[in-house]
Amino acid sequence: MTPFTYARATDTAVALREGAEAGAYYLGGGTNLVDLMREGIEQPARLVDVTDVSTSISDTAEGGLLIGAGVRNAALAADMRVRTHYPMLSRALLSGASPQIRNMATVGGNILQRTRCTYFYDAAAACNKRVPGSGCDAREGFNRIHAILGASPACVATHPSDMCVALSALDATVHVAGPAGERRVAMADFHRLPGDTPDRETELAEGELITGVELPPAGPGMRSTYRKARDRASYAFALVSLAARIDVAEDGTIRDVALALGGVAHRPWRATLAEAHLRGQHAGENAFRAAAQAELAAAVPLRDNGFKIALAERLIVAVLTDLAGEQA
Amino acid sequence: MRFTVNGRSIDEEVDLRISLLDLLRDQVGLTGTKKGCNQGACGACTVLVDGERINACLALAVQYQDRSIVTVEGLADGDTLHPLQKAFIAHDGFQCGYCTPGQICSAIAMADELSRGMPSAVTPDLTGIAILSHDELRERMSGNLCRCGAHNGIVAAIAETFGTGAAAPEEVAA
Ligand SMILES: Cc1cc2nc3c(=O)[nH]c(=O)nc-3n(C[C@H](O)[C@H](O)[C@H](O)COP(=O)(O)OP(=O)(O)OC[C@H]3O[C@@H](n4cnc5c(N)ncnc54)[C@H](O)[C@@H]3O)c2cc1C
Ligand code: FES
Ligand code: FES
Repeated sequence: MTPFTYARATDTAVALREGAEAGAYYLGGGTNLVDLMREGIEQPARLVDVTDVSTSISDTAEGGLLIGAGVRNAALAADMRVRTHYPMLSRALLSGASPQIRNMATVGGNILQRTRCTYFYDAAAACNKRVPGSGCDAREGFNRIHAILGASPACVATHPSDMCVALSALDATVHVAGPAGERRVAMADFHRLPGDTPDRETELAEGELITGVELPPAGPGMRSTYRKARDRASYAFALVSLAARIDVAEDGTIRDVALALGGVAHRPWRATLAEAHLRGQHAGENAFRAAAQAELAAAVPLRDNGFKIALAERLIVAVLTDLAGEQA
Repeated sequence: MRFTVNGRSIDEEVDLRISLLDLLRDQVGLTGTKKGCNQGACGACTVLVDGERINACLALAVQYQDRSIVTVEGLADGDTLHPLQKAFIAHDGFQCGYCTPGQICSAIAMADELSRGMPSAVTPDLTGIAILSHDELRERMSGNLCRCGAHNGIVAAIAETFGTGAAAPEEVAA
């Protein structure tokens, strides 16, 4: 690990001041950053610990929730308001990592965690994300865990977060503070597709701090859940995951629906094509399958990850069938 | 930097790059906590910080200044082992023993989480009360791997100590 200095921020203003220094990184739980520093992939000159900044979960005037960036993943999953009104968020969090890691990991750090692409982690491999312009060894390599949607010639990595997939389907907004003031970015737009600059992963600018995530009120008729397909029953990243919420009218018409896929792209993949296909349709397996196929028509398999296309289709059909059945 | 380790106050000169795990093992001399993967993937380094379980290998020591840390060495009361330590012996909850300190610390915090009503990924009703069923126990302990495959003994020891099936959350508090 290269040497660095350390400061603990007491509030947003202090964090921003410290974070403006050259080579400064914000530090959440450290569960991703410390690992990457040990591997030499990240080399901060200064760590600004922000775990004491924005640590509460509060009700908003609109009837939603404002979740501080310093809230730990375990605490968020256990919050009774989240368990009651946003169960897909609790389930997504609880399906991620391990209890130990969830006690350490913060909301801000979870959003900004880096990819688990093995070539990104391997300093001997070519990786445009780690060293822009060096190439991508994953594209022709062992790419079972890589992207099927929205990838580019430069990068086929996926975003590994479970939480962000649920936040995307919940229409959450990321609150950001920076030298120029505060701004809000929709979760669904926060992470970028790789294009020619896979090293630029989010809309966050240099020195900007995530202060929180806002959830709009949960719709009254919405049923929601999160399901994750992975290589073992627990403590593994998603191969494909799905956050889904659906509101079906008494006559079986789909009033509203939101779907986001994890493990398939450089960002949580909001399945807007499938959603458009479903609204106003009669809830049922045929509609669910057609919607899934519409979304996945653009999927491009690599050598080892073609199974993800079928898996994503089956997840969408199975989860929506379960949710619609519960509602009937 | 100041820490409380197993109830004892400790004042150490600490390199900022040192993990909490290396601090405990190499500087404080408490080698009970083990280093398996050193990247968060095995749970061998699990310790309790203010009663909560964390992976000490993923933590910089500096992040945990002024906090109260308990390692496996801090569980026994003098020569009297913690009930879970006794149960591990009774149920052969180990072969090589490398994962054991992490398993034991983890399970103690797990029982506390359950008593506080925290759900897990397999809790059917997120707003209901979770009981320590076989599935719940295995899911809640999934952050600790055992290379020797001593899982049956580990699960039996934890189930005996913290109750299983019908045990109400109050009854399983450590
Ligand atoms: C073995 C293992 C298994 C895992 N499995 C899963 C899994 O199944 N699913 C899953 O979703 N995740 C998984 N994870 C990843 C885990 O969720 C992340 O490591 C964690 O959420 C990161 O949070 P942190 O607070 O520790 O972030 P840090 O490591 O502290 O920071 C991560 C990044 O965020 C930046 N940052 C932190 N806070 C802020 C802020 N407020 N504003 C701006 N920048 C900030 C840091 O500078 C850094 O670049 C796993 C991790 C491990 C080690
Ligand atoms: S040594 Fe810390 S989790 Fe493996
Ligand atoms: S007893 Fe050997 S690793 Fe668990």
